[in-house]
Parts: sequence; C-alpha cells; structure tokens
Amino acid sequence: MEDFGSLALRRLLEAMPAAVHGTHAQVGDATALVRAEDIVPVMRFLRDTQGLEFDMLTDLTCVDHFGETPRFEMVYHLYSVAKNHRLRVKARVPEEKAHIDTLIPVWPAANWLEREVWDMYGIRFHGHPDLRRLLLYEEFQGHPLRKDYPKEKRQPLVGPGN
Amino acid sequence: MSAGEQEPHWLTERTRDTSADDLHGDLHTEHQILNMGPSHPASHGTVKFVIELDGETIVNIDTQVGYLHRGFEKECESGTWYQAIPYTDRLNYNSAILCNLGYCMAVEKLLGIETPERCQWQRVMAGELARIADHLTRCGAACLELAAMTPFLYGIEARELTWDLCEMLCGARVTSNYVRIGGVKHEMPRDFPARCRDHIAKIRGLLADFDEVVTGNRIFVDRLRGTGIISREDCIRYGVTGPILRSVGVALDLRKQEPYLTYEQIDFDVPVGSVGDNYDRFLVCVEEMSQSLRIVEQCLEALEKLGPGPVNVDDPRVRWPAKGRVFNRMEELIQQFKSVTEGPRVPAGEAYFALESANGELGFYIVSDGSAVPWKVRCRPPSLINLQPLPLMVKGSLLADLIPTFDFVNMIGGECDR
Repeated sequence: MEDFGSLALRRLLEAMPAAVHGTHAQVGDATALVRAEDIVPVMRFLRDTQGLEFDMLTDLTCVDHFGETPRFEMVYHLYSVAKNHRLRVKARVPEEKAHIDTLIPVWPAANWLEREVWDMYGIRFHGHPDLRRLLLYEEFQGHPLRKDYPKEKRQPLVGPGN
Repeated sequence: MSAGEQEPHWLTERTRDTSADDLHGDLHTEHQILNMGPSHPASHGTVKFVIELDGETIVNIDTQVGYLHRGFEKECESGTWYQAIPYTDRLNYNSAILCNLGYCMAVEKLLGIETPERCQWQRVMAGELARIADHLTRCGAACLELAAMTPFLYGIEARELTWDLCEMLCGARVTSNYVRIGGVKHEMPRDFPARCRDHIAKIRGLLADFDEVVTGNRIFVDRLRGTGIISREDCIRYGVTGPILRSVGVALDLRKQEPYLTYEQIDFDVPVGSVGDNYDRFLVCVEEMSQSLRIVEQCLEALEKLGPGPVNVDDPRVRWPAKGRVFNRMEELIQQFKSVTEGPRVPAGEAYFALESANGELGFYIVSDGSAVPWKVRCRPPSLINLQPLPLMVKGSLLADLIPTFDFVNMIGGECDR
C-alpha cells in the first residue's frame, strides 16, 4: 500500500505540476520542494483537499544555505490532525529578493513564526500585518542566524544613557 | 491690596460631582495601557504583556517574548553534534530530559540508528519522570500564583522526589544532560528500582493531598472554571498541542499517534477535557501525572524482565568503543581519539523528529552538511506556539483571569525564547 507521504506528494504533483520542483522522502520524511511564488496556493491545496487535510502548521523556519544560489530555504512542517500524517514543504528564496508571501491567511499560527524568521534571517513576508522582530529587540542590527553573521559580533548598547 | 485682604475662596461654591448617580450612568472612560512584566511575581516566565484595559476587562493584549533568548541555534551551529546536548537541557528546564531526548532522537533518525531495547525503556522512564516534574511545576506554581501556598509546597515536594530519581540516573537534578546520541549516559544504579518504587508511592500520596486541597476547592475552581477558553478550531489553526489541545477534546498525543521508543507496548490512557478552560487543563495535567506514574512502573517491570544488557548502541560513529578494546587495538584507539575531538559525522540531509513533551509537540529539525558540525538545529518550541493564541483566551475577560490562563499555557522562557 502506498504510504500517506507519497500519496500526498503524488496528489500535489498531479494537481500543481508547475509549482513543484521535486520531492524526496529522506529518512521517511515526505518532502516537496515548491516554487516560492506558489507557496500560498500550494498550502491552500494541501489544507483543503479531501484526503490530505493538513490542518495544522506545525513549524515554519528557514535555512541559510550560504554559498548556494538561491541562498535561503523556507521550511514548513505540516501535520494533519484528522489523518495523523506529516509533510514537509520547502521553497527556495534568493538573497537579492528575500521575500515570500505570508501564510497567515491559511494558518494564523504562521504569524509569530514568520516574525521569528524575519528576526533571525531577514526574510520579508508579503502581507504580514505586523512584521516586528519577535525574539530580539528593535534596535538589533543584522539577522543573527545568517551564516555570515559572526557569533562573536557585539551589538551597540541601547537604552537610556546610551 | 495687602496680603491679608485676598478675596475669600469659598469651597462650597465650587461645583462638585460627587453624586452617586454617576456610578450608574454611562461614564466617559478611556482605555488604559498596563505594562505587565517582563519580571512579574505572578507569571512564572519572563515575558512582557502590554494590556489594553477597559476598567478591569482586557480589550487587547500584546505578548512580547524574547527576554530569555540565548542564541540556542547559533551556538549549536558552532559546536559538534554532541556539544548541543547540554544546550537542550536549558530549553525546557522543567523537563530537560525530554529536550535531550528530542534532539538525540532527531540526530539518530538522520544517522539511521536504532537504540537497544534496554536503553529505550530507560529513556521512556526518565522522560516520564521529567513530565511529572513539569506538570507538578505547572500545577503547583499555578496554585501559588492564585495565592494558594500549601498545594504549591506539596507539588514542589513531589517534584523534589522526581529530581532525586533524576539525580540517581545521571548525577544532576535539573540540567540532566542524560541522553546521548545512540544511548543514555550510563546504566541506572542497582538500587534505582527499589528507590523509584518507594518514591512513586510517596508521590502518589502527595498527589492525593494535592488533589484534596485543590481539585474540589471552591475558590480554586471558581478561578479556573470558564476562564481562558479556546475553541477546538482555533487550537488547530494556531498549531496548539499538548494539554491545551487535549483540554478541548482532541486526543492528540504523539506517544499514541506516532509511538516512538517503547510506547506501543505500554498501557496508558490519554485524558481529554471537553470545555477547554483552565480547569480542564488542570484536570488533564493531574491525570497525566498519574498516567506517567503508571508508565514508570511498567518501565521498571519491563527492565527487570529484560535483564542486563547494553544501554548504548554498539556503533563506533556515535559511542566510544569499550575501554578494553581502546587500550589493546590501534583502530579503536584512533576511533576514541576521533570521537573525543570531533564527535560523530552525520550524513548530509535533513530530519524532523517530534515527541510529546509536557507542553505539547517538541520537534527538532536538523540539517547536516555531512560534517561534524550541525548546519542547523531548529527546535520547534511548544511554549512559543501555544502562547501565540493567548489573546483569544483572555480578550474580554478580567485582568485577574490572565494569571491562571498564562499559568496553564505554561510558557517556559528557556524553550520559548531559546
């Protein structure tokens, strides 16, 4: 029997062949690589299609593949409470156009997670209503999880008296 | 005119609005902004709330997290795979073993390692003890913050007992650093099962006391019942997991849904609530503690039945070779040297592993470029994601209801802010 991960990937490929670059299932994690422009329609399809029903956005993060082009990779982990299955969706984002559409209309859970990605990686999210830094403070300079941000870098002092 | 000849100022001529009728009229009031935190005695977690109040009613609330950000991911990217394990202790410091476990199992998933059965039972046992400690902290601290000191002390006494057991297992009480990639630190001490059974009985006694003082207590119940309600749909849209999701009636527990380690062989129940208020969350946590005690007992039985055996996988990539071989053979000596200086090399690729922590789904997404240093270690923090819909739970309720609601969200700063 076809497992759920490959079923989800096959149905996604059939429905939106132009949007999907490739798929893999390394160590059992079904993964789809999609075009960044199509991220919202792909997610809507995965959420609303009968039989897939990925109703929960478990996690949203970014990986800095420093030295590669496109440099950044958005990584979304989906879970279906109804079907108890998982899927990972990834989309590459280039450094010079470091932005992607927000997923808040699909899952409000994306709000803080996108703010965190903006904070740490400097990716902008189109349509995000409140793209503030999440964990760091407003005066922080740079995006610390980028690979070219040195770990030892000092930040200017902020606050009263500075 | 001299100084003494001022016009008299008659107080009685002033118009005075002291009529009690105004209290019932529609007064013009302005919303007030209240800053609460980041260090507030009634919130066990370092977080700041900017609350817009209409009288005592919460109109809007902005939760500001990040005060405990230590750069967990950045630090992980600059050490070996092993050096990240102590950092995971500092994520959720109430249940550090579960954080160790989540990280190590994600790395094992990418390495394709299956741990020995004895190790798996010990991991389950240690993880459940950590879960009990976490729930005790949550329920005990919630009582304290609602001004009930006695049940807090019962809870903390029981937590001390779980920490005693943790100390026996790994030498540390809080920052355990117990789980290893491919095993656990070492075999449990010989007198552990007896001590553990003894402590379980004591914990049961304390839980009964706790229950008697709190669960039927009119004041406590009134503070919790009907407060902090969230709907099932909102929970799912916001990615909420753990006791909060179970309190709305969704029996989602990764120990059942995606059984890892030996959970498939263990008999335990997943308690669920129906209303989704703080009282349901409290009852879910209390029941989960007694289920966890059941699991620990089953682990002890299984370990006795299993008999002695290795608790570490025999794989030179991740665990040191036995000392006898190291001192007598060249290859093992080299292997030991490599293991100590740079640790394992993890095959290039990515893996996501999630387990059921005390707060919900604790996930680790790791990316390796094939070297001895992680490319990325992402922790999916249940605290952060469960905290996000807090406005939905408290909008329109009284300011005082924020305290129990925040308590049962159980945001742990270390894990939320990383």
